[in-house]
Amino acid sequence: MYDYLVLRVITKLLLPFILMFALYVQFHGDFGPGGGFQAGVIFAAGFILYALIYGTEKAERVVPRGVLRLGIAFGVLLYAGVGIASLFLGANFLDYSVLRADPVAGQHLGIALIELGVGTTVASVMTSVFYTFAGRQR
Amino acid sequence: MALTVLAIARIRNLFAVVMLASIYSLLAAAVFVVLDAVDVALTEAAVGAGISTVLTLGTLALTTQREKPPSHRRLLPLIVVLITGGTLVYGTLDMARYGDPEAPAQRHVAPLYLKEAPKTTGIPNVVTSVLASYRGYDTLGEVTVIFTAGIAVLLLLGNWRRVTREPDDV
Repeated sequence: MYDYLVLRVITKLLLPFILMFALYVQFHGDFGPGGGFQAGVIFAAGFILYALIYGTEKAERVVPRGVLRLGIAFGVLLYAGVGIASLFLGANFLDYSVLRADPVAGQHLGIALIELGVGTTVASVMTSVFYTFAGRQR
Repeated sequence: MALTVLAIARIRNLFAVVMLASIYSLLAAAVFVVLDAVDVALTEAAVGAGISTVLTLGTLALTTQREKPPSHRRLLPLIVVLITGGTLVYGTLDMARYGDPEAPAQRHVAPLYLKEAPKTTGIPNVVTSVLASYRGYDTLGEVTVIFTAGIAVLLLLGNWRRVTREPDDV
């Protein structure tokens, strides 16, 4: 893929917008369509596009495999951690109302946190599955 | 969509099949947008048309591009498919009409969610509040499924360098 000038330039042009859109879907999921899963998938798709055009070595210099493995676990732990935090604050598992003094603000914070967890896990899983497929010799 | 499916069933070149499957996913995403399910459409476009296409192409690069001629008889798979499809179509006969306000799904908890969700969670998007708050357990389960799938792929295909332990540092 190193000789395709058009693809390389277009990828570089599009990539910031794809990643930006992923972040928008992530953090604007409360108001518009979207949420953690969609955001994670879009983020991973943008990143996989970069890895396809520029090669996995360059992509791994941006996000190494170890970071992705951490991300896979971190997302689930963040999600479950929010649930356990609400347990410790005296409510049911995953009841976000107690995370802040105001129940509505607590719900908002809880949902933002777990969506972040979902996004992290999904993006990391997708990207590292792609790495494993691409990095395997015949 | 029907055309792409027929072509997928007929064509033996797997590269073309992957591309057609990607087109099929894109059309499905368009259908979801028409049905006002934008969240699902986003997922379908990104996963179905994007990532899974790349992953199947990666698999083709590791294996082969031509489908092998089937070694078994074709009648049995056809019968299985017909029975399954017939059952599914029979199931849809009982379904409520699309957008029917009297459907059971619209009358059970949906009005409560629609009325209460913006007030209790402070989030205007009801889909997000149902997914993340009212059905938080389910979503946690989904994330765990993705986590497990990712770990499984890494374990099966990942290049784990073997750590040889010295006998004396047990």
